Amino acid sequence: MSTQVPESETETETEAEPAGESHQERRMAEKAAKREYRDAEKKAEAELRAAEESVHLKVFRYDPEVEDKQEPRFDDFYVPYTKGMTVLDALMYARDHYDSSLTFRHSCRQAVCGSDAMFVNGRQRLCCKTQLSEMAEPVRIEPLPHQDVVKDLVVDMEHFYDQMHAVEPYFQSEDVPKEEQRQSRENREKIKMSTRCIWCGACMSSCNIAAGDNEYLGPAAINKAYRFYMDEREDEEELKEHRLRILEQEHGVWRCQTQFSCTEVCPKDIPLTEHIQELKREAVKNNLKFW
Amino acid sequence: MYEHDVIVVGGGGAGLRAAIAAQEEGADVAIVTKLHPVRSHTGAAEGGINAALREGDDWELHAYDTMKGSDYLGDAPAIETLAQDAPEEVFQIEHWGMPFSREEDGRVSQRPFGGLSFPRTTYAGAETGHHLLHTMYEQVVKRGIQVYDEWYVMDLAVTDEETPEDRSCHGIVAYDVQSGEIAGFKANDGVILATGGPGQAFDHTTNAVACTGDGYAMAYRAGVPMEDMEFVQFHPTTLPSTGVLISEGVRGEGGILYNADGERFMFEHGYANNDGELASRDVVSRAELTEVNAGRGFEDEYVMLDMRHLGEERIVDRLENILHLAEDFEGVDGLKEPMPVKPGQHYEMGGIETDENGHTCIDGLYAAGETACVSVHGANRLGGNALPELIVFGARAGTHAAGGDLGEAQIETGERGDIEYDDTELPYQPGEVGMDTGGVAADGGAVAADADAVVEREVEAQRERVATLMERDEGVQHSQIRADLQKTMTKNVNVFREEEGLKQALRDIREIREAYQDVYVDDPSRTFNTDLQQTIETRNLIDVAETITLGALVRTEFRGAHWRAEHQERKDDEWLKHTLVGWNDGDPTIFYRPTILEGENKTYEPKERSY
Ligand SMILES: Cc1cc2nc3c(=O)[nH]c(=O)nc-3n(C[C@H](O)[C@H](O)[C@H](O)COP(=O)(O)OP(=O)(O)OC[C@H]3O[C@@H](n4cnc5c(N)ncnc54)[C@H](O)[C@@H]3O)c2cc1C
Ligand code: SF4
Ligand code: FES
Repeated sequence: MSTQVPESETETETEAEPAGESHQERRMAEKAAKREYRDAEKKAEAELRAAEESVHLKVFRYDPEVEDKQEPRFDDFYVPYTKGMTVLDALMYARDHYDSSLTFRHSCRQAVCGSDAMFVNGRQRLCCKTQLSEMAEPVRIEPLPHQDVVKDLVVDMEHFYDQMHAVEPYFQSEDVPKEEQRQSRENREKIKMSTRCIWCGACMSSCNIAAGDNEYLGPAAINKAYRFYMDEREDEEELKEHRLRILEQEHGVWRCQTQFSCTEVCPKDIPLTEHIQELKREAVKNNLKFW
Repeated sequence: MYEHDVIVVGGGGAGLRAAIAAQEEGADVAIVTKLHPVRSHTGAAEGGINAALREGDDWELHAYDTMKGSDYLGDAPAIETLAQDAPEEVFQIEHWGMPFSREEDGRVSQRPFGGLSFPRTTYAGAETGHHLLHTMYEQVVKRGIQVYDEWYVMDLAVTDEETPEDRSCHGIVAYDVQSGEIAGFKANDGVILATGGPGQAFDHTTNAVACTGDGYAMAYRAGVPMEDMEFVQFHPTTLPSTGVLISEGVRGEGGILYNADGERFMFEHGYANNDGELASRDVVSRAELTEVNAGRGFEDEYVMLDMRHLGEERIVDRLENILHLAEDFEGVDGLKEPMPVKPGQHYEMGGIETDENGHTCIDGLYAAGETACVSVHGANRLGGNALPELIVFGARAGTHAAGGDLGEAQIETGERGDIEYDDTELPYQPGEVGMDTGGVAADGGAVAADADAVVEREVEAQRERVATLMERDEGVQHSQIRADLQKTMTKNVNVFREEEGLKQALRDIREIREAYQDVYVDDPSRTFNTDLQQTIETRNLIDVAETITLGALVRTEFRGAHWRAEHQERKDDEWLKHTLVGWNDGDPTIFYRPTILEGENKTYEPKERSY
C-alpha cells in the first residue's frame, strides 16, 4: 500500500517547492508503468464500448511535466451516448471513467462561467453548450488556438485578462449614492448585448489579427470598452475622450479588419464586429471635433 | 509566505463585495480563489435581488416576509439587517454600473416574486447574477485589489486551543493550481470564507461543479459549528442530464406538468388542488418524486413540463431563454416537445455559523454568502434573497474584518449563550476515522507560539497531505467515492427523509470515510492537477454531507424544506431552535440555540404556513 511520507527536504524547505527531484522522477516512472498497464485495459474496454452506442472522441493531450505527455498527441475515448449529452458531459465521463488525468476547465455547465471554451471539430465553442448529437464523429477536441497550452485542454488566459483590464473596464464615479442614477430603457437596450460577455476567450482565439498582433486589444476587450463608452450614466466628456484614446491607440480598434470571425463564434451572440465598427465611427467623429 | 491584512477566500458575489469593503476600510486585501472571479457561480443567478426601494414598501415589510418565508427559523437581528442594508447596497451597485432593467422613467425595475408582499425584486433581465458578478469584479479591478486566481485553498491556519471559542485564525494554506506550489498566506486582520454552496454533495444539482462546500468543511474542522444544514432547497424543474435550471417562469406562464400516464398529476393526484403547478417549490418537488417512485415517471427518473400550448409567439416573447436552455443542454425543442424535468438540489440554507458581522466563534475567521449561515433564510429561502445576502453580509464581513465598527452583534456564536445539547442515538459510535488524508486544521495538538508558526505548521501539514495522496499508486479514486456519496445523499437525504434512510446515509458516509483513507491521485503532474484538487474537494463534501444528514436526523419535525416521513408537522414548542453540529475532533457534537424572534421594534409571532 502507501509508502512512507517523505522527507527531510520537504521539512526544511520554507519556500514553496514540494518534493525533491529524484523522488518526483521515481514517482513518475512508477506511475508511467502502472499507466501502461491500465491503458491496455482501457483500450480493451474502449473497443468493447465502440460496439455499443458510443461516441468517439479524439482529445488533445499535452503535459509539460509528464514524460510520456510532453510530445503532444491525440487520445481516443469511446463514451457511451445518452440523449442530451453535451461535449462537456462526454469529457467528464472520459475523465471519471477512463483517465483521471484528463484536464480541462469547466464549472457551471450552463454557459455562464465561460471556462470551457475549446476548439471542437474545428471551431471555438463552449463544450457545455454543444450537443454531441450535432457533432460529426470522431469529435475532435482541442484547446483554444493561438493561446499557450498549460496542459491538455487548458490554455493560459492571462493575456486575455490583461487585455480586458487594459480598457479600464469599470465605472469611474466615486460618489456614495442615496438613490439610483437614471438610465433610459433605450440606452440599456443599446448596451445590453455588450454586457453579456462571459470572458470565454472564443472570439480572441478566432481572430486572425489577434493571432498576428499580440498587443491588439481584441474583440472582447473592445466590446467591454463599448459597454462603458455607450452607457449614458457615464457622461463626462473628458472620460469619453479618455476611453476613445485607449481604443484609438495603435493596437486598438483600427486593427480590426471586419472579418466577423469573432461574431461568428461568440456563444452569447454579441455583435462584436458591429460594436467595433461603431467605436471606429465614434473615433472619427471625435477627431473631426478636434480639428 | 504571502501576507495581507485581510484574505478573502472566494471571488463570487460575497467574496468580491467583502474585498471591496475591507479595502474601503483601509486594509490591504487579497482574494484567493480557485476559479477566476468571473467564473464563480454567482453568475448563474437569474431572478433578482430583493430590496425595499420604493414608496409603499419598507425594510420592515421585507423583514416580515423573510421571517415568514423562513418558517420562523430565521434570526430577527440578521433578517432586519438584511432588509435595512439592502437598499443602499443595491443603489451602490447601480452606481458601479450594474445594467439593471429599467422603468419608463429610468429608475430600476422591480418585479413580484414568490412570498413577497411587494414587488421588490430588482433584476437585470434573466441574468441578474452574471451582471452582479461582473460589476463587482470591475470594481475590484478598479481598486487594484490583488487576486490570486486559480489558487485552491486547502485549509485554514488556526491555533488549536481546547475550545474553538479560544482559537484564532491567522491565515490559510493554498496551492497554485497552475504550478502546484503550496504556500501559506498570513492574514493579519482576518480571513473571510466566501466559498459558495455544496451542491456537489448531491448527484443532481443546479450548482456548478466547483460548488464543493470547501468553506463549510474548512471552518467545521477548525471548530466552527455548522448551523441548520438540514435545510436544503430543491428546485422542482431542472433538466435531468445536467441539472440546468428551468425557471419558475414556465409554470408561471401556464406550463403543465404531467407523468408517464399523461396525467396532470398536481391536480389529478391531489398534491395541490388549488395551485397545481404553481404550488411552492417543496410541494411540487415532493409531488414529482412521488410520481416517479410510484412508477409513473419517465425512465424512472423524471416528469414532463409542457409549454407548447402557450403558443410560439408567447413562448418566444417571454420564455425565449428557456428554449435555448432546453435545446443547448438537453437537445429538446421546447416548441415541439415537452421538456423533461426533475427536482434538483439548489441552495443550502444552513452553513458556517456567523453573527450579523459575519464573524464566527473563532477570532479572525469570518464567513459570508451561501457558505455562511447568519440565519436569514431559516428553513426556506425566498427567491431573490440570496443575492442581497451576498452584498449585505459580504460588505459587513469585509468592514468588520478590517477593523471597522459595526456595533456589538446580537447573535451569539459557538458553544456560548443559551444552548442545549442533543442526545439522539446515532447509528454508529461517533469518533474519528483515521484522518491522515483529511487536513485537520485544529487537532488539539500543541498550541503554536505565533501567527507565522501557525501558518507554517499548516503549510507543512498540507504538503505532507499532498505527498501522501500523490505517493500512493493504488486504492480508490475520488470520482468513485464522490459518486457513492452523491448516491446515498440523493437516495436518503433528498426531498424525502425517513429515519431509517437517514441512518443508512450516516452508515454509508462512515464507510465512504473509510474508503477515503485509501484514496489516491493517479495524475503524477504538478501542473493543473484537477485530479488532486477534486480529491481534496471530495473530502470536504464528505464532511459537509455528514452535517446535513446529522441535522436531518435529529430534527424530528417538518419545517420549510425539511420533510420527515414520521413527523408531518411543524413543532414550534420544541423546534424553534437552530441545529448546530460541532466537529469536536471528528466526533460531532450536536447542540441547539433558540431562534431569535425579537426584532428592533417587534417580536415575530410564528403563524401556520399554508399552501
Ligand atoms: C441556477 C441558480 C439560480 C439562482 N438564482 C438566484 C436569484 O435569482 N436570486 C437570488 O437571490 N439567488 C439566486 N441563486 C442563489 C445565489 O446565486 C447563490 O447563493 C450565490 O450566488 C452564491 O454566491 P457566493 O458568493 O456565496 O458563492 P459563489 O458565487 O459560488 O462563489 C464561490 C467562490 O469561492 C471560490 N472557492 C470555492 N472553494 C474554494 C477553495 N477551496 N479555494 C479557493 N476558492 C474557492 C470559487 O472559486 C468562487 O469564486 C441562484 C442559484 C443558482 C444555482
Ligand atoms: S465576446 Fe463572446 S466570444 Fe468573446 S469572450 Fe465574450 S462571450 Fe466569449
Ligand atoms: S462550463 Fe461554464 S460556460 Fe461551459
